[in-house]
Amino acid sequence: MLLAAPAIDIDQPFVNAALGLIAFTLVMTVGVMYATWYERKIVARMQYRLGPTRTGPFGLLQPIADTFKLLTKEDLRPATADFVAFELAVFLIFIPALMVFVAVPFTADWFISAIPLSLLYILAVSGLSFIGFLLAGWGSDSKYALLGGMRAAAQLISYEVPLIMAMVGVVMVTGTVDAYQMILYQDTVPLIVWQPLGFMIFLIASIAEVERPPFDIPTGESEVAGGVFIEYSGIRWSMFQLSSYVNMYAFALLGAFVFMGGWEWPFGTDVGWGLQLLLTVVKMSLFIVFYLWVRASFPRLRPDQLMSYAWKVLIPFSLAQIFFNGFIIVYDLPDVAYLISSGLLTVGLGYSAIFIVRRGEPRKPLQMVPARATARKPEPEPAVVAAAEGAAT
Amino acid sequence: MVAEHERSLEVVDIPINMGPQHPSTHGVFRMVLMVDGEKCVDVIPHIGYMHRGGEKLMEAMDFRQGIGYCDRTEYLAQFSAELAYVMAVERLMDVQVPERAEYIRVILTELNRLSSHFMFMGAFGIDSGVFGTSFTYAFPQREYLQELFEEVSGDRLMYAYFRVGGLAWEVTDNFVQRCHEVLKHTQQGIRDIDELLTKNEIFIGRCQGIGAFTAEQAIANGLSGPMLRASGVPWDLRKDEPYSVYDRFNFEIPVGNYGDVYDRYLVRLEEMRQSVSIVEQALEQLPAEGPIVAEKLPRRLRTPPGEVYAKVESPRGEWGVYLVSKGGDKPYRLKMRSPSFCNLSALREMCLNQFLADAVMILGSMDIVLCCVDR
Repeated sequence: MLLAAPAIDIDQPFVNAALGLIAFTLVMTVGVMYATWYERKIVARMQYRLGPTRTGPFGLLQPIADTFKLLTKEDLRPATADFVAFELAVFLIFIPALMVFVAVPFTADWFISAIPLSLLYILAVSGLSFIGFLLAGWGSDSKYALLGGMRAAAQLISYEVPLIMAMVGVVMVTGTVDAYQMILYQDTVPLIVWQPLGFMIFLIASIAEVERPPFDIPTGESEVAGGVFIEYSGIRWSMFQLSSYVNMYAFALLGAFVFMGGWEWPFGTDVGWGLQLLLTVVKMSLFIVFYLWVRASFPRLRPDQLMSYAWKVLIPFSLAQIFFNGFIIVYDLPDVAYLISSGLLTVGLGYSAIFIVRRGEPRKPLQMVPARATARKPEPEPAVVAAAEGAAT
Repeated sequence: MVAEHERSLEVVDIPINMGPQHPSTHGVFRMVLMVDGEKCVDVIPHIGYMHRGGEKLMEAMDFRQGIGYCDRTEYLAQFSAELAYVMAVERLMDVQVPERAEYIRVILTELNRLSSHFMFMGAFGIDSGVFGTSFTYAFPQREYLQELFEEVSGDRLMYAYFRVGGLAWEVTDNFVQRCHEVLKHTQQGIRDIDELLTKNEIFIGRCQGIGAFTAEQAIANGLSGPMLRASGVPWDLRKDEPYSVYDRFNFEIPVGNYGDVYDRYLVRLEEMRQSVSIVEQALEQLPAEGPIVAEKLPRRLRTPPGEVYAKVESPRGEWGVYLVSKGGDKPYRLKMRSPSFCNLSALREMCLNQFLADAVMILGSMDIVLCCVDR
């Protein structure tokens, strides 16, 4: 297995990593194709629908049909588009999305490259895509795309901050920036127990980072009609979609191994790669189903609400968590203090969300005007005005 | 003095052309939004893409042929539109409609209000950004209503079932039972939508305080229907100037307090519940036997010269037909007062200084039918 290229004890790490990366790109592409199928099926079930059924058993061939359709579509570029920006944007979004996976440990042995600062690397690389969005928005020479691009840049930068702050809290607890070590730390108790607030912030911010509903503001169908992607078609458009799904996978995996214990919890290190991979995939799927569920049930936030939520709620709370974690580390309090401080903050976060979104005093309910049968008989028919000839003109 | 590099960074408002192919303009409506970042500083609506001269066409048709054009004009509340038209002709001819026909008209019109409001709920959810869930909650239930209309009238969209003096033909034998079945599904649909949207924090955050109109503003802009009632004016033609047999039912008119988008949504949701109640009462009171067309109608309808204005409370507001006849079998002049058109005229005032995303919500909350705007 190419994927099984262990980065340690290898003769030519570069070659192996490169091969692993290529294999991984292919695997991810197919995986993403089927993520669309999965999403369509799950969301359909939430909406009284069946999803794809006609192509193959359970519509399993639908992604393949879609891929061929997208590949054979005419590749349009607006005449006034900026060639370099327009073409470059696709890759600037697509490549960072895949680069994240270089440092992701799928099992104890399966990862492409062991980086001592892997968490830092993942966060840094995943934050690069906003450049692509800006370029796509600017290069398309469309006002909708420009609006979408600006929205995307603002959103990605804003939500990067609470996301990284939440991770800082985790790093303080575990004392390492290495994802591998972080997983080993969660041998008995996953970090979601010690850092529930960090988990909540991660969950919210990651939806915003992958631009899925209710944070799909840059691409909002009903407002900017596709936003940054509006001028893209065919293979370029599908690469945007691909990177959006790859990003979703990436954040689901990040959540799985940072907060849910990855392949370690609850079975420990020595259960073999099969079970470990299964654990990782199951935990990742939990996140993905959560993203889909949210997608099917929430309206979209408005850009200003999105911003105020990041800057006024998430960032102060993540700062508070960092403060409490520091306090606990300095005074060497027992681990349960993490749970208490973070848990209380989580409750506060829940309340403040309602407080921020719901402004002002509670609303009066509708007035119900007379609960009586209408007493009045109908007006007598308005008499026909027997108009004189031509009077009606 | 402004330095050269500062002048080159001058901030300008950009015009954004929304429509006529934009997904959330509900048809071929087009508005040009001048946006300052995300804020709309000006809104210029453009209508007329769907104009076919429907009113003029109806002047070339006799009174029976004109009914079909009402459907084509107001394609979400066809029965309301037909009702206003046939009522106008009936008043001019002084025809008494049999009671059974009146009841069936009311039942169908109210069911039609339900189907129209289902359409609103689905589309409004999408405007607010729900990924199709509101649509898929509303539409299966709306489909039962459509099936019922098809059974009764023989067509899914262009019913042309009301006739001057009554109805085109007798309803199906199991009509009452079918109505009860359909109402069950309808109530399920109302519950689904209610649970999906009404208490949703994001939906509330998106709707409350947006596009608020006071009662005075609403009246000054000539709003009607749920738009007017959401602003706190208890005006419903079914209650205030009852036509047909509406004076025999016990129902309430929901009236909002704030006049914003959320109130318009709530008013429509409550109206659906009231419509269900009206249909249930009407089914109880419906005479089992009886004629459905007024007696002694001539084969070729001729009105005495005169003019008449008939109005009904359509799902969107006051739907009126102003008809001038100089005698003969065709209207001399026919004008439709379409609530969509009148409500739409308030769009600019509502959207000013709101966010781009809110403009979409405000337009959605108007529940316009573009055919009805352009005619």
